[in-house]
Parts: sequence; structure tokens; C-alpha cells
Amino acid sequence: MKSIWTITKRELAGYFNSPVAYVFLVIFLLMTGAFTFMIGQFFERGQANLQPFFMWHPWLYLFLVPAVGMRLWSEERRLGTLELILTMPISPWQTITGKFIASWGFLILALLLTFPIWWTVNNLGSPDNGAIFTGYIGSALMAGGYLAITSMTSALTRNQVISFILSVVICLFLVLCGWPPVTDPLATMAPNWLVEGVAAFSVMPHFERLQQGVIDSRDLIYFISLIGFPLFATSVIIRSLRS
Amino acid sequence: MIQVENLSKAFGPKLAVDDVSFSVQRGEILGFLGPNGAGKSTTMRMITGYLPPTAGLVKVGGHDVTEKAIEAKRLIGYLPESAPLYTDMTVEGFLGFCAEVRGLGGADKAKAIDRAIEMCFLKTVRRQSVDTLSKGYRHRTGFAQAIIHDPDILVMDEPTDGLDPNQKHEVRSLIRRMGQSKAIIFSTHILEEVEAACTRAIIIDQGKVVANGTPDELKAKSELANSYLVSINGTEAAAVREKLGSIIQSTKVTIVNDKPPTVLARVFPKDAGSDGALGQAIFSVAKQNEWNVNEIRKEEGRLDDVFRNITLSDTQAQ
Ligand SMILES: Nc1ncnc2c1ncn2[C@@H]1O[C@H](COP(=O)(O)OP(=O)(O)OP(=O)(O)O)[C@@H](O)[C@H]1O
Ligand SMILES: [Mg+2]
Repeated sequence: MKSIWTITKRELAGYFNSPVAYVFLVIFLLMTGAFTFMIGQFFERGQANLQPFFMWHPWLYLFLVPAVGMRLWSEERRLGTLELILTMPISPWQTITGKFIASWGFLILALLLTFPIWWTVNNLGSPDNGAIFTGYIGSALMAGGYLAITSMTSALTRNQVISFILSVVICLFLVLCGWPPVTDPLATMAPNWLVEGVAAFSVMPHFERLQQGVIDSRDLIYFISLIGFPLFATSVIIRSLRS
Repeated sequence: MIQVENLSKAFGPKLAVDDVSFSVQRGEILGFLGPNGAGKSTTMRMITGYLPPTAGLVKVGGHDVTEKAIEAKRLIGYLPESAPLYTDMTVEGFLGFCAEVRGLGGADKAKAIDRAIEMCFLKTVRRQSVDTLSKGYRHRTGFAQAIIHDPDILVMDEPTDGLDPNQKHEVRSLIRRMGQSKAIIFSTHILEEVEAACTRAIIIDQGKVVANGTPDELKAKSELANSYLVSINGTEAAAVREKLGSIIQSTKVTIVNDKPPTVLARVFPKDAGSDGALGQAIFSVAKQNEWNVNEIRKEEGRLDDVFRNITLSDTQAQ
């Protein structure tokens, strides 16, 4: 446990020692604000909920999460420090977990900094704060899923740009395969079971249920496997790098 | 402390390390020599648990490196080739991180950092960011990282690479001092380093161990070992060759240099053991012929000759 925390601390310090972290936080807050208030027409809708805020998260994260996670392993490979860390008395999964927690913590911090929106909606009306809470949980879990995928693509290459592009593509698939504008036309062409089968991989329905305040164990299991499986794949990739 | 048995490593069809066996005890300093691409770094990576062996066994302090990886890694300090470092940290921060990963905390950690910084002469760059360090200082930081937890076993891949002559000297004496209580393996391309610091040397070529012995034993394998270099005035090369060639203890005489009036000749012994006799014979021949002997010097043998002779075959074959 202590070793994981040592790794996490180092990674977090790495984020905050560079201006990139602050730039990221500002961009994230500006973009959530812009999407929510301008495109989402937060005020004009006259409804006291955060749906116009959360609805953009799957799309915002599509670029922002890979940007945060792309350096996780490619940087270690580029610098050669992978050899250093893997010859220290700490197991690869501890390193993987430690790094993941650091980046996820950073993303959750960014998410928490959106609290003025929550504050605003509470001042304007009386929203269902339980649903807002589960919405935040869902958003954090979704960010974790994207991040785990980025961790995996980052271990695949020493080039951060390639790792970024790969993770954007995979995450885009996870969004689109359950997004009605894509699945509805597909349903007219392909058999129903196929469309639904593919849609089961999507983050969208799971995230939507959490936004509505519904806590279903299937959704939680989905997100946990969305985080767990790519992290496991990361460990397999790292092991294969060494042989 | 380190036991390597029949270790092999294949990268695809290429055998980078081929059935290598050796062991290193506490108090020994093993020098690892070999031409580029011989498999030195690959062997070290297997010893430190970075690369899994294709075949064979590595035991470190009694722990199998593949099965008891964490226990084995705890005992080892490792300086990888080209000393990789986290460039976004300060020297002090980096050493602190390494100490923490190795389980040191609080006052122990602070003490370990101070000790390593002092031993590696890093005081002046203590708070400097790693990515602004010069190459030599980076290397020293890598070295400091390897000794931060005062390990029983040190594995260092070219520890003096990129250091200035003073630092090379310091690092060698540091290695020698630490070697009294640790088991040390280091690789190098500098042969004097082997003589200066090692208790034993292994030459590896194309993945195979081709020589294993003390520096003196290896030097004795040199063709020149125990030959005599004689500088003579007042005669001619042909006469020197003929007269010295008739000495029964010698096999061969070569004229190294013939710049009248001085002839420089090398006399090779027949039998490396009974060398004193050859020197006396050379003297008496010179006396009989009334030559002026300027200088007579016995050659100890040179490590670089041995190295070249043992490992040249494949360079020529290529
Ligand atoms: N990851 C790898 N994949 C494929 N081949 C490799 C890999 N690592 C090393 N090799 C090959 O294994 C051989 C031994 O390499 P190694 O780095 O051990 O040599 P070395 O003795 O350390 O050489 P140098 O003196 O140049 O450092 C080389 O032919 C190298 O090309
Ligand atoms: Mg090498």
C-alpha cells in the first residue's frame, strides 16, 4: 500500500510541477462552462437539474482524459525509467495502480472544481441532489474507464501522440456504439441482437442511468470492468515489453 | 551472493546471452568486459530481474530472481546503462522517491539521501532539476540512486561512462571501498578500470564467457606476457636478431624498431614460468658481444592485448 502511495505522490507532483496541469484545469472548467451554459442552454431550459452539464462529459473526456493519461507509460519508456522502476522492489501492478490513482485523482479534482454549477442550480431551484451526486459518481467512473484505456495505449508505445490517438479512437467507439443517433439508423440495417450486443459496450446507457439517480449493480460492474480490464491489459503489455 | 547458472537469453532467433555461468561472493568485485553487443547489459538485466531469462537461473542472496522477485530486488542496487532518471524531479526529490520505494521513510530516508549525495559529490546540484544536469552529474545521480539503500549487491552497467577523469578515479575508489563488504558486478570498456578496481574479470563475447579470472591471470594470457623489451646501441638489427635468437630460453625475437644506432627488440620466452633465466641470458649475450644495453624491461602482459586476441575473431569474421 505504501509503495502505491509513493508512486501516486510522485506522479501527482509531476502533474502539478508542470504548467500543463493548470492549463488543463482551466480548459476543462471553461469548456464545461461553455457547453453547459451556451450549447446546453442551462438557464433557458428552466429545469433544475444538471442534465445539460453531464450530457457533455462523455465527449469532453474523449480528448481531455487521453491528454492527461497519455504520458503515464510512454514517458517511462522514452526515458528508460521503466527499467529503473521495474528493478525496484515493487510489483508492476503496484506501479500501475499508483499511476492510475494519481491521474484519476487529478481528473476527479478537475470534476470537483465544477461545484459552482451545482451551487448555481441549487440557488435557482430545488434539484434532486441525490441524482446529481450519482451523476458525479458516474462521471468520475467514466473518466476512470477512459483513463484505464489510455493507460493501456500508453504502455503500447513510447510516442505520446500515438497513445493519445489510439485512446481517443477506442473511447470514441465506446461512446458511439451506444449513442442513439448512431444506433438508431444501424438498427434498421443490422439485426437487433447485434446492435444491442455492441451497445452493451457503450458507456452511454450506464452513465445515463446514473445521471437519473438510478444505482444499478450492473452499471457499477460495467464501470469497474471498464477500469479493471484495461489496467490488466496494461500489466500484460508491460510484461511482454520485457521479454 | 549472485549465482548465475546456464543463463541464456534469445531475442527472436538471436542468442544474445548463451549459457553463461558464474558467481560473485561478498567481497568480490567482478568486472564485466566484452565488445559492443556482447551481451553484458542483457546479462545484467536478467540478474536484476528486468528481463526474464529464456533459460537458466539467477539467484541473488539465495532468492530466485524470477520466483522471489521482490525479495531479490530488495538486495540489489542497480545502475542501468545510460542511467535513466525522472527528468521532472530535483536530484534530492528523485533520491527521496527511490529511497521511499525501497521502504525508507522519515529520518532514515533523510539520512540515506544525505549519505548518497555526499558519496556521489552531488551537494552543489542537490536542488537542481534533473533535466538541467550535465551528463556526468546525471550519471552520478544514477549512481547515487543505486547505493541509496546501501545494498548488499551492486550491479552497475558502465558506472564511469561520461565522468571526468577525477570522477572516474573517485568512482573507482568508491567501488573498491564498497567492494569490501558487498558483491559488485560492473561492466566497462575501460581496461585500466578492471586492473584498478576488480578482484576478478569476465570477458564475454557473442553471449559466451570466453575468459574468467583475476586481472593478473588474464594478463598472463597475453602473448607479450613475460617477454623482454631490449634497447641496444652499437650493433645492427640482423646481429641482434641472430644472437638473441640463439638463446635457448626464447622462442622468437622480433625487431620492434630499428633506428640506428638504436635497435629495439622483443624477446619472447619459451616457457612463461621460468622467466628470470631469459633476462640473465639476454644480459650475457649482450656482454659477450659488447653491446650497450640502454634498457631492458620485462612485459607484464596487457589486458587490452588479451581482450583483442580473445574477441577479435568475430570482428574480422563480419
Ligand atoms: N530488446 C532487445 N531486442 C532485440 N535484441 C536485443 C534487445 N536487447 C539487446 N539485444 C541484442 O542483444 C545483443 C546484446 O546486447 P547488449 O545490450 O547486452 O550488449 P552489451 O554487451 O551491453 O553492449 P555494449 O557494450 O554496446 O553496451 C545485441 O546484439 C543487441 O542488439
Ligand atoms: Mg551494454
